[in-house]
Amino acid sequence: MLCQDCNQNESTVHLTQIINNKKLMLNLCKDCAEKRGFHSPFEHMPFPLAELVTGMVGTVKGSSASKGTKRAPKVRRCPACGMSFEDFGKTGRLGCGGCYDAFRNEMAELLRKVHGSPKHRGKGSMEPSELMKPVKEERRLRDELKKAVADEDFEKAANIRDQIRALPEAE
Amino acid sequence: MAKILLEEMAKKPAPWLSGNGPDSAVVLSSRIRLARNISDFPFPPSASSDIRERIIDLMQSAFSRIQNLKKGTFFRSGDIDNLHQMFLAERHLISPQFMIDGGGRGLFIDDKEKISIMLNEEDHIRLQVLSSGMSLHECWDLANKVDDEIGRILQFDYDEEFGFLTACPTNVGTGLRASLLIHLPGLVLTREIDNVINRISKVGLMVRGFYGEGTDVLGNLFQIANQTTLGRTEDEVIDSLTKISAQIIEYERGAQETLMKDAPEQIEDKVWRSYGILMHARVLTSNEVMNLLSALRLGLSLSLIDKFDFRTLNELLIITQPAHLQKYVGREMDTTERDMVRADLIRQRLADFKQA
Repeated sequence: MLCQDCNQNESTVHLTQIINNKKLMLNLCKDCAEKRGFHSPFEHMPFPLAELVTGMVGTVKGSSASKGTKRAPKVRRCPACGMSFEDFGKTGRLGCGGCYDAFRNEMAELLRKVHGSPKHRGKGSMEPSELMKPVKEERRLRDELKKAVADEDFEKAANIRDQIRALPEAE
Repeated sequence: MAKILLEEMAKKPAPWLSGNGPDSAVVLSSRIRLARNISDFPFPPSASSDIRERIIDLMQSAFSRIQNLKKGTFFRSGDIDNLHQMFLAERHLISPQFMIDGGGRGLFIDDKEKISIMLNEEDHIRLQVLSSGMSLHECWDLANKVDDEIGRILQFDYDEEFGFLTACPTNVGTGLRASLLIHLPGLVLTREIDNVINRISKVGLMVRGFYGEGTDVLGNLFQIANQTTLGRTEDEVIDSLTKISAQIIEYERGAQETLMKDAPEQIEDKVWRSYGILMHARVLTSNEVMNLLSALRLGLSLSLIDKFDFRTLNELLIITQPAHLQKYVGREMDTTERDMVRADLIRQRLADFKQA
Protein backbone atom coordinates (compact mmCIF):
# COMPACT_ATOMS: atom_id res chain seq x y z
CA MET A 1 0.00 0.00 0.00
CA LEU A 2 1.33 3.44 -0.94
CA CYS A 3 1.70 6.22 1.59
CA GLN A 4 -1.48 8.28 1.54
CA ASP A 5 0.37 11.56 2.00
CA CYS A 6 3.04 11.42 -0.70
CA ASN A 7 1.62 8.59 -2.85
CA GLN A 8 5.18 7.58 -3.67
CA ASN A 9 6.72 5.43 -1.01
CA GLU A 10 5.42 2.19 0.38
CA SER A 11 3.58 2.84 3.65
CA THR A 12 5.27 1.35 6.69
CA VAL A 13 3.51 3.21 9.49
CA HIS A 14 -0.08 2.29 10.08
CA LEU A 15 -2.10 4.22 12.55
CA THR A 16 -5.51 3.31 13.78
CA GLN A 17 -7.81 5.19 16.04
CA ILE A 18 -11.36 4.40 16.89
CA ILE A 19 -13.71 7.09 17.99
CA ASN A 20 -17.42 6.59 18.50
CA ASN A 21 -17.17 3.26 16.72
CA LYS A 22 -15.66 4.86 13.63
CA LYS A 23 -12.34 3.43 12.65
CA LEU A 24 -9.90 5.93 11.21
CA MET A 25 -6.79 4.68 9.48
CA LEU A 26 -3.64 6.36 8.30
CA ASN A 27 -1.10 4.58 6.14
CA LEU A 28 2.10 6.54 5.81
CA CYS A 29 5.71 6.11 4.80
CA LYS A 30 8.31 6.78 7.48
CA ASP A 31 9.14 10.28 6.22
CA CYS A 32 5.53 11.45 5.99
CA ALA A 33 4.74 9.95 9.39
CA GLU A 34 7.62 11.94 10.86
CA LYS A 35 6.39 15.05 9.06
CA ARG A 36 3.10 14.59 10.86
CA GLY A 37 5.01 14.27 14.08
CA PHE A 38 4.50 10.58 14.79
CA HIS A 39 7.83 9.55 16.19
CA SER A 40 6.77 7.45 19.07
CA PRO A 41 3.69 6.44 20.99
CA PHE A 42 4.38 9.34 23.31
CA GLU A 43 3.44 11.80 20.60
CA HIS A 44 0.08 13.47 20.45
CA MET A 45 -3.09 11.92 19.15
CA PRO A 46 -3.13 11.51 15.39
CA PHE A 47 -6.84 12.27 15.12
CA PRO A 48 -7.88 15.03 17.47
CA LEU A 49 -11.42 14.60 18.71
CA ALA A 50 -11.85 18.30 18.04
CA GLU A 51 -11.85 17.63 14.31
CA LEU A 52 -14.85 15.42 14.76
CA VAL A 53 -16.54 18.12 16.78
CA THR A 54 -16.15 20.75 14.08
CA GLY A 55 -17.75 18.25 11.74
CA MET A 56 -20.70 17.85 14.10
CA VAL A 57 -21.31 21.52 14.70
CA GLY A 58 -22.71 21.81 11.19
CA THR A 59 -25.31 19.17 11.87
CA VAL A 60 -26.36 20.82 15.10
CA LYS A 61 -26.70 24.20 13.51
CA GLY A 62 -28.90 22.77 10.75
CA SER A 63 -31.28 21.11 13.17
CA SER A 64 -31.62 24.10 15.45
CA ALA A 65 -32.33 26.34 12.47
CA SER A 66 -34.93 23.94 11.12
CA LYS A 67 -36.60 23.76 14.51
CA GLY A 68 -37.26 26.97 13.28
CA THR A 69 -36.77 30.48 13.93
CA LYS A 70 -37.35 33.19 11.52
CA ARG A 71 -35.25 35.48 13.60
CA ALA A 72 -32.28 33.16 13.05
CA PRO A 73 -30.41 35.28 10.48
CA LYS A 74 -29.18 37.54 13.22
CA VAL A 75 -25.87 36.20 14.46
CA ARG A 76 -26.12 35.36 18.12
CA ARG A 77 -23.02 36.00 20.14
CA CYS A 78 -21.86 35.03 23.61
CA PRO A 79 -22.41 38.17 25.70
CA ALA A 80 -19.25 37.50 27.71
CA CYS A 81 -16.66 36.98 24.96
CA GLY A 82 -18.44 37.78 21.69
CA MET A 83 -17.99 34.37 20.06
CA SER A 84 -20.72 33.22 17.67
CA PHE A 85 -21.77 29.60 17.22
CA GLU A 86 -20.37 29.78 13.67
CA ASP A 87 -16.96 30.89 15.00
CA PHE A 88 -17.06 27.87 17.28
CA GLY A 89 -17.87 25.65 14.30
CA LYS A 90 -14.65 26.72 12.60
CA THR A 91 -12.28 26.04 15.46
CA GLY A 92 -14.10 23.52 17.62
CA ARG A 93 -13.08 25.61 20.65
CA LEU A 94 -15.42 27.79 22.69
CA GLY A 95 -14.39 31.26 23.82
CA CYS A 96 -15.28 31.13 27.50
CA GLY A 97 -17.50 29.45 30.08
CA GLY A 98 -20.28 31.86 29.17
CA CYS A 99 -20.53 30.37 25.67
CA TYR A 100 -22.08 27.20 27.12
CA ASP A 101 -24.89 29.28 28.57
CA ALA A 102 -25.26 31.49 25.50
CA PHE A 103 -25.68 28.45 23.22
CA ARG A 104 -27.23 26.16 25.80
CA ASN A 105 -29.66 24.34 23.49
CA GLU A 106 -27.14 23.82 20.73
CA MET A 107 -24.49 22.70 23.19
CA ALA A 108 -26.88 20.24 24.87
CA GLU A 109 -27.56 18.65 21.50
CA LEU A 110 -23.91 18.61 20.48
CA LEU A 111 -22.83 17.17 23.82
CA ARG A 112 -25.44 14.43 23.54
CA LYS A 113 -23.95 13.49 20.16
CA VAL A 114 -20.36 13.58 21.39
CA HIS A 115 -20.81 11.93 24.79
CA GLY A 116 -24.11 10.09 24.50
CA SER A 117 -25.45 12.15 27.39
CA PRO A 118 -25.99 15.85 28.01
CA LYS A 119 -25.98 15.68 31.81
CA HIS A 120 -23.01 15.90 34.17
CA ARG A 121 -22.96 13.24 36.87
CA GLY A 122 -19.43 13.69 38.19
CA LYS A 123 -18.14 15.67 41.13
CA GLY A 124 -19.40 19.15 41.85
CA SER A 125 -17.52 22.39 42.06
CA MET A 126 -16.02 23.60 45.33
CA GLU A 127 -17.10 26.83 46.90
CA PRO A 128 -13.96 28.91 47.03
CA SER A 129 -15.68 31.10 49.60
CA GLU A 130 -13.43 32.91 52.03
CA LEU A 131 -10.31 31.17 50.93
CA MET A 132 -10.05 32.98 47.64
CA LYS A 133 -9.63 36.21 49.53
CA PRO A 134 -6.00 35.72 50.54
CA VAL A 135 -5.06 35.15 46.90
CA LYS A 136 -6.82 38.26 45.74
CA GLU A 137 -5.46 40.16 48.69
CA GLU A 138 -1.95 38.99 47.97
CA ARG A 139 -2.18 40.19 44.38
CA ARG A 140 -3.44 43.57 45.55
CA LEU A 141 -0.68 43.88 48.12
CA ARG A 142 1.98 42.84 45.63
CA ASP A 143 0.82 45.57 43.24
CA GLU A 144 1.00 48.04 46.11
CA LEU A 145 4.43 46.76 47.04
CA LYS A 146 5.69 47.28 43.49
CA LYS A 147 4.37 50.83 43.59
CA ALA A 148 5.92 51.54 46.97
CA VAL A 149 9.29 50.26 45.77
CA ALA A 150 9.00 52.34 42.59
CA ASP A 151 8.22 55.39 44.75
CA GLU A 152 11.18 54.48 46.95
CA ASP A 153 8.87 54.50 49.96
CA PHE A 154 10.74 51.67 51.66
CA GLU A 155 9.07 51.97 54.99
CA LYS A 156 5.73 51.41 53.33
CA ALA A 157 7.19 48.57 51.25
CA ALA A 158 8.47 46.79 54.38
CA ASN A 159 5.08 47.25 55.95
CA ILE A 160 3.33 45.70 52.94
CA ARG A 161 5.78 42.82 52.89
CA ASP A 162 4.87 42.05 56.49
CA GLN A 163 1.20 42.10 55.57
CA ILE A 164 1.85 39.62 52.75
CA ARG A 165 3.72 37.32 55.10
CA ALA A 166 0.90 37.49 57.58
CA LEU A 167 -1.69 36.24 55.05
CA PRO A 168 -3.23 32.93 56.05
CA GLU A 169 -2.35 29.82 54.06
CA ALA A 170 -5.04 27.63 52.60
CA GLU A 171 -5.40 24.34 54.44
CA MET B 1 15.68 27.20 40.02
CA ALA B 2 13.92 25.92 36.92
CA LYS B 3 17.23 24.89 35.33
CA ILE B 4 18.35 23.11 38.49
CA LEU B 5 15.26 20.94 38.59
CA LEU B 6 15.72 19.92 34.96
CA GLU B 7 19.34 18.99 35.58
CA GLU B 8 18.33 16.93 38.61
CA MET B 9 15.59 15.21 36.64
CA ALA B 10 17.99 14.30 33.83
CA LYS B 11 20.15 12.39 36.30
CA LYS B 12 17.32 10.17 37.45
CA PRO B 13 14.91 7.99 35.52
CA ALA B 14 11.29 9.15 35.49
CA PRO B 15 9.76 7.80 38.74
CA TRP B 16 6.54 6.70 37.02
CA LEU B 17 8.64 4.19 35.09
CA SER B 18 9.85 2.40 38.20
CA GLY B 19 8.16 -0.78 37.00
CA ASN B 20 6.82 -1.34 40.51
CA GLY B 21 3.08 -0.91 40.22
CA PRO B 22 0.54 -3.72 39.90
CA ASP B 23 0.57 -5.58 36.55
CA SER B 24 3.60 -3.58 35.47
CA ALA B 25 4.68 -6.37 33.11
CA VAL B 26 1.84 -5.28 30.81
CA VAL B 27 0.78 -1.85 32.08
CA LEU B 28 3.69 0.60 31.96
CA SER B 29 1.91 3.56 33.45
CA SER B 30 -1.41 5.04 34.55
CA ARG B 31 -2.43 8.61 34.06
CA ILE B 32 -5.30 10.82 35.20
CA ARG B 33 -5.85 14.20 33.60
CA LEU B 34 -8.34 16.85 34.70
CA ALA B 35 -9.25 19.90 32.60
CA ARG B 36 -10.39 23.00 34.51
CA ASN B 37 -10.95 26.68 33.77
CA ILE B 38 -11.12 29.69 36.05
CA SER B 39 -14.41 31.51 35.78
CA ASP B 40 -14.62 35.05 34.41
CA PHE B 41 -11.60 34.57 32.15
CA PRO B 42 -11.75 33.63 28.46
CA PHE B 43 -10.42 30.13 27.65
CA PRO B 44 -6.74 30.21 26.64
CA PRO B 45 -7.31 29.92 22.86
CA SER B 46 -9.30 33.19 23.04
CA ALA B 47 -7.29 34.94 25.77
CA SER B 48 -4.95 37.85 25.12
CA SER B 49 -1.37 37.52 26.31
CA ASP B 50 -2.13 39.97 29.14
CA ILE B 51 -4.93 37.78 30.42
CA ARG B 52 -2.82 34.65 30.07
CA GLU B 53 -0.13 36.26 32.20
CA ARG B 54 -2.70 37.24 34.81
CA ILE B 55 -4.00 33.71 34.95
CA ILE B 56 -0.47 32.38 35.48
CA ASP B 57 0.11 34.93 38.29
CA LEU B 58 -3.15 33.97 39.95
CA MET B 59 -2.32 30.30 39.71
CA GLN B 60 1.19 30.75 41.05
CA SER B 61 -0.17 32.42 44.19
CA ALA B 62 -2.84 29.76 44.54
CA PHE B 63 -0.41 26.85 44.15
CA SER B 64 1.92 28.28 46.79
CA ARG B 65 -0.91 27.82 49.29
CA ILE B 66 -1.56 24.19 48.46
CA GLN B 67 0.00 21.46 50.55
CA ASN B 68 0.40 18.93 47.74
CA LEU B 69 2.06 21.52 45.52
CA LYS B 70 4.56 22.87 48.01
CA LYS B 71 7.48 20.81 46.76
CA GLY B 72 8.07 21.39 43.10
CA THR B 73 8.96 23.92 40.48
CA PHE B 74 6.95 26.54 38.66
CA PHE B 75 8.01 27.37 35.11
CA ARG B 76 6.89 30.07 32.73
CA SER B 77 7.23 30.20 28.96
CA GLY B 78 10.76 31.34 28.29
CA ASP B 79 12.18 29.36 31.21
CA ILE B 80 12.39 26.29 29.05
CA ASP B 81 14.15 25.99 25.68
CA ASN B 82 13.16 23.63 22.88
CA LEU B 83 15.38 20.77 23.94
CA HIS B 84 13.98 20.82 27.47
CA GLN B 85 10.43 20.97 26.18
CA MET B 86 11.12 17.80 24.23
CA PHE B 87 12.76 16.34 27.30
CA LEU B 88 9.65 17.00 29.41
CA ALA B 89 7.36 15.68 26.67
CA GLU B 90 9.39 12.46 26.46
CA ARG B 91 8.88 12.11 30.21
CA HIS B 92 5.13 12.59 29.67
CA LEU B 93 5.08 15.67 31.90
CA ILE B 94 3.78 17.98 29.19
CA SER B 95 1.95 17.40 25.94
CA PRO B 96 4.28 17.60 22.94
CA GLN B 97 2.56 20.68 21.57
CA PHE B 98 2.72 22.56 24.89
CA MET B 99 4.71 25.81 24.90
CA ILE B 100 5.62 25.52 21.27
CA ASP B 101 3.23 28.19 20.08
CA GLY B 102 4.60 31.18 21.89
CA GLY B 103 4.39 32.47 25.43
CA GLY B 104 1.71 32.90 28.03
CA ARG B 105 2.02 29.41 29.41
CA GLY B 106 2.99 28.06 32.77
CA LEU B 107 3.92 24.71 34.16
CA PHE B 108 4.18 23.17 37.59
CA ILE B 109 6.00 19.89 38.20
CA ASP B 110 6.20 18.41 41.66
CA ASP B 111 9.54 17.06 42.80
CA LYS B 112 8.39 13.45 42.54
CA GLU B 113 7.33 13.95 38.90
CA LYS B 114 3.94 12.59 39.85
CA ILE B 115 1.92 15.77 39.48
CA SER B 116 2.25 18.11 36.57
CA ILE B 117 0.00 21.07 35.85
CA MET B 118 0.00 22.76 32.47
CA LEU B 119 -1.38 26.29 32.52
CA ASN B 120 -2.98 27.88 29.49
CA GLU B 121 -2.67 24.87 27.30
CA GLU B 122 -6.11 24.38 25.76
CA ASP B 123 -7.67 24.98 29.17
CA HIS B 124 -6.43 27.18 32.01
CA ILE B 125 -5.56 24.11 34.03
CA ARG B 126 -4.55 20.66 32.86
CA LEU B 127 -3.78 18.72 36.00
CA GLN B 128 -2.08 15.38 35.47
CA VAL B 129 -1.11 12.63 37.86
CA LEU B 130 1.16 9.89 36.57
CA SER B 131 2.10 6.65 38.21
CA SER B 132 3.80 3.36 37.44
CA GLY B 133 1.83 0.21 36.62
CA MET B 134 -1.92 -0.26 36.94
CA SER B 135 -2.74 2.44 39.48
CA LEU B 136 -5.62 4.55 38.17
CA HIS B 137 -7.45 4.74 41.50
CA GLU B 138 -4.32 5.96 43.26
CA CYS B 139 -3.79 8.60 40.56
CA TRP B 140 -7.40 9.69 40.79
CA ASP B 141 -7.27 10.03 44.59
CA LEU B 142 -4.34 12.41 44.35
CA ALA B 143 -5.71 14.33 41.36
CA ASN B 144 -9.06 14.69 43.12
CA LYS B 145 -7.40 16.05 46.25
CA VAL B 146 -5.29 18.60 44.37
CA ASP B 147 -8.32 19.58 42.29
CA ASP B 148 -10.32 20.21 45.47
CA GLU B 149 -7.48 22.25 46.91
CA ILE B 150 -7.29 24.46 43.83
CA GLY B 151 -11.09 24.64 43.72
CA ARG B 152 -11.19 25.99 47.27
CA ILE B 153 -9.04 28.91 46.23
CA LEU B 154 -10.16 29.64 42.69
CA GLN B 155 -13.69 29.54 41.27
CA PHE B 156 -13.85 27.04 38.40
CA ASP B 157 -16.11 27.42 35.39
CA TYR B 158 -18.88 25.05 36.33
CA ASP B 159 -22.42 24.50 35.13
CA GLU B 160 -25.05 22.45 36.98
CA GLU B 161 -26.10 20.76 33.74
CA PHE B 162 -22.80 20.41 31.85
CA GLY B 163 -20.33 20.14 34.73
CA PHE B 164 -16.83 21.58 34.39
CA LEU B 165 -16.62 23.73 31.28
CA THR B 166 -13.74 23.32 28.86
CA ALA B 167 -12.58 24.97 25.64
CA CYS B 168 -13.27 21.82 23.65
CA PRO B 169 -16.67 20.17 24.21
CA THR B 170 -15.03 16.74 24.14
CA ASN B 171 -13.67 17.38 27.65
CA VAL B 172 -16.72 18.96 29.25
CA GLY B 173 -18.32 17.37 32.34
CA THR B 174 -15.75 15.64 34.50
CA GLY B 175 -12.86 16.99 32.40
CA LEU B 176 -11.37 13.60 33.16
CA ARG B 177 -9.19 11.56 30.87
CA ALA B 178 -7.93 8.34 32.42
CA SER B 179 -5.40 6.43 30.38
CA LEU B 180 -3.09 3.46 30.48
CA LEU B 181 0.06 2.79 28.49
CA ILE B 182 0.03 -0.93 27.83
CA HIS B 183 2.29 -3.39 26.05
CA LEU B 184 0.53 -6.04 23.96
CA PRO B 185 3.08 -8.03 21.98
CA GLY B 186 1.19 -11.31 22.28
CA LEU B 187 -1.98 -9.87 20.81
CA VAL B 188 -0.04 -8.27 17.95
CA LEU B 189 1.91 -11.45 17.16
CA THR B 190 -1.23 -13.61 17.23
CA ARG B 191 -3.03 -10.95 15.16
CA GLU B 192 -5.78 -10.71 17.73
CA ILE B 193 -5.17 -7.02 18.28
CA ASP B 194 -7.70 -5.66 15.75
CA ASN B 195 -10.34 -7.82 17.27
CA VAL B 196 -9.55 -6.58 20.77
CA ILE B 197 -9.41 -2.92 19.67
CA ASN B 198 -12.79 -3.29 18.02
CA ARG B 199 -14.31 -4.68 21.18
CA ILE B 200 -12.75 -2.00 23.37
CA SER B 201 -14.04 0.79 21.19
CA LYS B 202 -17.60 -0.51 21.56
CA VAL B 203 -17.53 0.14 25.28
CA GLY B 204 -16.70 3.85 25.18
CA LEU B 205 -12.93 3.63 25.24
CA MET B 206 -10.46 4.77 22.66
CA VAL B 207 -7.27 3.08 21.66
CA ARG B 208 -4.33 4.87 20.25
CA GLY B 209 -1.72 2.59 18.90
CA PHE B 210 1.02 2.36 16.37
CA TYR B 211 1.52 -0.89 14.64
CA GLY B 212 2.39 -2.18 11.23
CA GLU B 213 0.70 -4.84 9.20
CA GLY B 214 1.32 -7.98 11.20
CA THR B 215 4.62 -6.64 12.47
CA ASP B 216 5.52 -4.83 15.63
CA VAL B 217 6.56 -1.51 14.14
CA LEU B 218 6.54 0.66 17.23
CA GLY B 219 7.09 -1.36 20.31
CA ASN B 220 3.59 -2.85 20.59
CA LEU B 221 2.62 -0.04 22.90
CA PHE B 222 -0.96 1.15 23.09
CA GLN B 223 -2.77 3.81 25.00
CA ILE B 224 -6.25 3.08 26.22
CA ALA B 225 -8.37 5.94 27.52
CA ASN B 226 -11.98 6.86 28.18
CA GLN B 227 -13.58 8.56 25.23
CA THR B 228 -16.34 10.57 26.84
CA THR B 229 -16.44 12.88 29.84
CA LEU B 230 -20.14 13.54 30.30
CA GLY B 231 -22.87 11.37 31.78
CA ARG B 232 -20.75 9.13 33.97
CA THR B 233 -19.12 9.77 37.33
CA GLU B 234 -15.35 9.76 37.69
CA ASP B 235 -15.48 6.49 39.62
CA GLU B 236 -17.62 4.83 36.96
CA VAL B 237 -15.16 5.88 34.26
CA ILE B 238 -12.14 4.65 36.19
CA ASP B 239 -13.84 1.41 37.28
CA SER B 240 -14.81 0.62 33.73
CA LEU B 241 -11.33 1.34 32.37
CA THR B 242 -9.82 -0.76 35.16
CA LYS B 243 -12.16 -3.67 34.49
CA ILE B 244 -11.66 -3.64 30.75
CA SER B 245 -7.91 -3.35 31.02
CA ALA B 246 -7.94 -6.36 33.35
CA GLN B 247 -9.67 -8.25 30.56
CA ILE B 248 -7.13 -7.03 28.03
CA ILE B 249 -4.32 -8.19 30.31
CA GLU B 250 -6.03 -11.60 30.44
CA TYR B 251 -6.23 -11.73 26.64
CA GLU B 252 -2.60 -10.71 26.38
CA ARG B 253 -1.52 -13.45 28.80
CA GLY B 254 -3.65 -15.93 26.85
CA ALA B 255 -2.01 -14.86 23.60
CA GLN B 256 1.45 -15.23 25.14
CA GLU B 257 0.58 -18.73 26.33
CA THR B 258 -0.62 -19.64 22.86
CA LEU B 259 2.63 -18.38 21.38
CA MET B 260 4.65 -20.41 23.83
CA LYS B 261 2.60 -23.49 23.04
CA ASP B 262 2.70 -23.13 19.25
CA ALA B 263 6.13 -21.64 18.61
CA PRO B 264 8.31 -21.64 21.72
CA GLU B 265 11.59 -21.86 19.77
CA GLN B 266 10.70 -18.90 17.58
CA ILE B 267 9.70 -16.75 20.55
CA GLU B 268 12.80 -17.66 22.47
CA ASP B 269 14.91 -16.94 19.43
CA LYS B 270 13.21 -13.57 18.94
CA VAL B 271 13.94 -12.58 22.52
CA TRP B 272 17.60 -13.64 22.54
CA ARG B 273 18.20 -12.31 19.03
CA SER B 274 16.88 -8.92 20.17
CA TYR B 275 19.09 -9.05 23.23
CA GLY B 276 22.06 -9.87 21.01
CA ILE B 277 21.41 -6.88 18.78
CA LEU B 278 20.96 -4.48 21.71
CA MET B 279 24.11 -5.81 23.38
CA HIS B 280 26.30 -5.55 20.30
CA ALA B 281 24.91 -3.14 17.71
CA ARG B 282 26.82 0.08 17.07
CA VAL B 283 24.01 2.04 15.37
CA LEU B 284 20.41 1.90 16.57
CA THR B 285 17.44 3.99 15.46
CA SER B 286 14.74 4.94 17.91
CA ASN B 287 12.11 2.78 16.20
CA GLU B 288 14.35 -0.27 16.08
CA VAL B 289 15.04 0.11 19.79
CA MET B 290 11.32 0.29 20.57
CA ASN B 291 10.77 -3.01 18.79
CA LEU B 292 13.75 -4.74 20.32
CA LEU B 293 12.80 -3.57 23.81
CA SER B 294 9.31 -4.92 23.18
CA ALA B 295 10.80 -8.35 22.48
CA LEU B 296 12.88 -8.16 25.68
CA ARG B 297 9.81 -7.20 27.67
CA LEU B 298 7.98 -10.19 26.23
CA GLY B 299 10.93 -12.40 27.11
CA LEU B 300 10.95 -11.10 30.68
CA SER B 301 7.18 -11.64 31.13
CA LEU B 302 7.62 -15.22 29.92
CA SER B 303 10.73 -15.76 32.12
CA LEU B 304 12.77 -16.63 29.06
CA ILE B 305 15.53 -14.24 30.05
CA ASP B 306 16.72 -12.68 33.31
CA LYS B 307 19.47 -10.31 32.21
CA PHE B 308 17.52 -7.17 33.16
CA ASP B 309 14.32 -6.11 34.90
CA PHE B 310 11.23 -4.12 33.89
CA ARG B 311 12.67 -1.00 35.39
CA THR B 312 15.71 -1.20 33.10
CA LEU B 313 13.48 -1.69 30.06
CA ASN B 314 11.23 1.23 31.02
CA GLU B 315 14.23 3.46 31.56
CA LEU B 316 15.76 2.52 28.24
CA LEU B 317 12.49 3.34 26.51
CA ILE B 318 12.72 6.93 27.78
CA ILE B 319 16.44 7.65 27.92
CA THR B 320 16.96 6.54 24.33
CA GLN B 321 14.53 9.21 23.08
CA PRO B 322 16.20 12.12 21.23
CA ALA B 323 16.05 14.86 23.87
CA HIS B 324 17.12 12.54 26.68
CA LEU B 325 20.09 11.36 24.63
CA GLN B 326 21.12 14.96 24.01
CA LYS B 327 20.77 15.80 27.70
CA TYR B 328 22.85 12.72 28.49
CA VAL B 329 25.67 13.78 26.21
CA GLY B 330 25.22 17.44 27.06
CA ARG B 331 24.94 18.86 23.57
CA GLU B 332 22.83 18.79 20.43
CA MET B 333 23.38 15.92 18.02
CA ASP B 334 22.09 15.01 14.58
CA THR B 335 20.23 11.75 13.92
CA THR B 336 23.31 9.83 12.80
CA GLU B 337 25.25 10.69 15.91
CA ARG B 338 22.23 10.01 18.12
CA ASP B 339 21.89 6.51 16.65
CA MET B 340 25.48 5.76 17.63
CA VAL B 341 25.21 7.26 21.12
CA ARG B 342 21.94 5.40 21.62
CA ALA B 343 23.62 2.07 20.82
CA ASP B 344 26.49 2.88 23.23
CA LEU B 345 24.14 3.86 26.03
CA ILE B 346 22.01 0.74 25.68
CA ARG B 347 25.03 -1.54 25.61
CA GLN B 348 26.36 0.10 28.72
CA ARG B 349 23.07 -0.07 30.65
CA LEU B 350 22.45 -3.71 29.82
CA ALA B 351 26.02 -4.63 30.71
CA ASP B 352 25.75 -2.70 34.01
CA PHE B 353 22.71 -4.69 34.97
CA LYS B 354 24.50 -7.96 34.32
CA GLN B 355 27.18 -6.98 36.81
CA ALA B 356 24.67 -5.96 39.43
